[in-house]
Amino acid sequence: MHHPHIRQSASDRAVNGIILLFLIGCLVVVAYPLLYVLSSSLSSPRAISAGKVWLLPVEWTLDGYAAVFKNSQIVTGFTNSILYMAGGTALNLVMTVLAAYPLTRKQFAPRNKVMLFFVITMFFSGGLIPYYLLVKELGMIDTRWAMIVPTALSAWNVILMRTYIANSIPEDLHEAASMDGCGDFKYLTKIVLPLSKPILAVIGLYVAVGIWNSYFNALIFLKSADLQPLQLVLRNILILNMIDPTMIKDFDALMRRQGLTDVIKYAVIIVSSAPVLVLYPFVQKYFVRGVMIGAIKG
Amino acid sequence: MHSLKWRRTNAAKHWQLYAMIALPVLFFVIFSYVPMYGVLLAFKDYRVADGIWNSPWVGLKYFEQFFQSPSSWRIIGNTVAISAYSIAAGFPIPILLAIALNEARSAWFKKTVQMVTYAPYFISTVILVGMALQFLDPRIGIVNQLLGLIGLEPRNFMGEPGSFKTIYVLIGIWAGSGYAAIIYLAALAGVSKDLQEAAIIDGANKIRRIWHVDLPHIRPTIVILLILNVGNVMSVGFEMIYLMQNALNLSASEVVSTYVYKMGLINSNFSFSTAVSLFNSVINLALLAAANFIARRTGNGGLW
Repeated sequence: MHHPHIRQSASDRAVNGIILLFLIGCLVVVAYPLLYVLSSSLSSPRAISAGKVWLLPVEWTLDGYAAVFKNSQIVTGFTNSILYMAGGTALNLVMTVLAAYPLTRKQFAPRNKVMLFFVITMFFSGGLIPYYLLVKELGMIDTRWAMIVPTALSAWNVILMRTYIANSIPEDLHEAASMDGCGDFKYLTKIVLPLSKPILAVIGLYVAVGIWNSYFNALIFLKSADLQPLQLVLRNILILNMIDPTMIKDFDALMRRQGLTDVIKYAVIIVSSAPVLVLYPFVQKYFVRGVMIGAIKG
Repeated sequence: MHSLKWRRTNAAKHWQLYAMIALPVLFFVIFSYVPMYGVLLAFKDYRVADGIWNSPWVGLKYFEQFFQSPSSWRIIGNTVAISAYSIAAGFPIPILLAIALNEARSAWFKKTVQMVTYAPYFISTVILVGMALQFLDPRIGIVNQLLGLIGLEPRNFMGEPGSFKTIYVLIGIWAGSGYAAIIYLAALAGVSKDLQEAAIIDGANKIRRIWHVDLPHIRPTIVILLILNVGNVMSVGFEMIYLMQNALNLSASEVVSTYVYKMGLINSNFSFSTAVSLFNSVINLALLAAANFIARRTGNGGLW
């Protein structure tokens, strides 16, 4: 709020000062841990063990990164995650559009019943065991399908897309098109989809990030190591402390080894968050828009 | 209302719509509705050979088993405590952040802070916990480094049951506040400028304006988010808790979702696990309904 013609009272100036301090505080609280991780990943194992790192790297080394890139498990994890993310997002978008579009057509008689059918799934579910047994019955355990199919559709996304289409694409367009003999499939592909690029981008990004970041489905459905997504590999390294000995066999001395596993952990964190955090500034406006759309709908 | 004949011609005329929606409907039937039937497992002694239908009915046996076990109450207690703490501590911060951002004088500063605080939301749970474990490490963690500076002994935070809730809540706040703030910011953007102007002319200082104009405007949003949060009290997220659990803090870190997972998929105690899970869902729904009811009764609107 800028009101240059009204002088700020003393109390207002004080409040503005507090607000400024608060915001700077939030900035520091979020940025510092990230910077610390980055700096630690570039520091020497000795510096880490001695507790010398505070903000900037101490005794610059790229040993941690070298070890990370040599690890075949991490590379496999990365590849698998990219696969699951691409496949899962594509499938999700297709299913969501197929579900949302008919719900926007007033001529689609069972419209409200189908909507209710979808919405119920947001509140009721059979629970973990029936879900697991179902996937098992379908023969998907320990296959890549288990990573893509069970989460292929969410009623929440269907609602978002339906709302967007209904609000953004005028009914007259459809009337004009159908008078020209345009059927629903054609209308969907030639008119609705091109006009829906914003919502497709938003839902697509959210789904993609969700798939990239989750580990639960992989945990319960996968057994083979070569199918594991990145998050599961990260869990092994960061949480379960299962650092592959081949990663560190080129380095000597036990103490250095002690510090080295920590540097490796910091490096692994940077390497796995880098894709998301580097792309983030460019796509964040889509995410913000998505939250706004969701909030307004809510 | 519509005759069968009308419905048939309607369907024939718009067959493409039916064709499109068939696949999503099929998906939900298979992956949402079929598992709902599996809830029956909670009342049966599951025999793989007999399948769900033919397994013997045992009524409330597994529910009794759950309620009679002393560890169950500790687990429920942990779940409620962690949730309540999360909500109480985590709820105000996004609101404060949104209000502060809304009042920021420099557009550049506002955008920067918003972008930075939103970023942790996209960091995966594994990495968040991994970072926390590194920071809290008794040997080389920065938290203990800081404690050392002021002369305190290093502590194994992750091994202390008493610290578990706090650590969990802090991670949640750090990662999620920026995201939640955006929702409130969107709502705050809708505050009528005229109202603001009128308040200023009436001599209201900034704090008064925030309290009397901004906050009431976003009250509906706050209430809805609060209801949604309360409805989730019993479903403390599996992913983060499971990563943070270890043998030392288990007395404080075992919650219903991790218990259901361990009993069901590790111990293969299908029926017991399903019973606990069903109990959990019912409580969640009841809480959601109660929160919604209270909201409406106190004139705050609600989800439905």
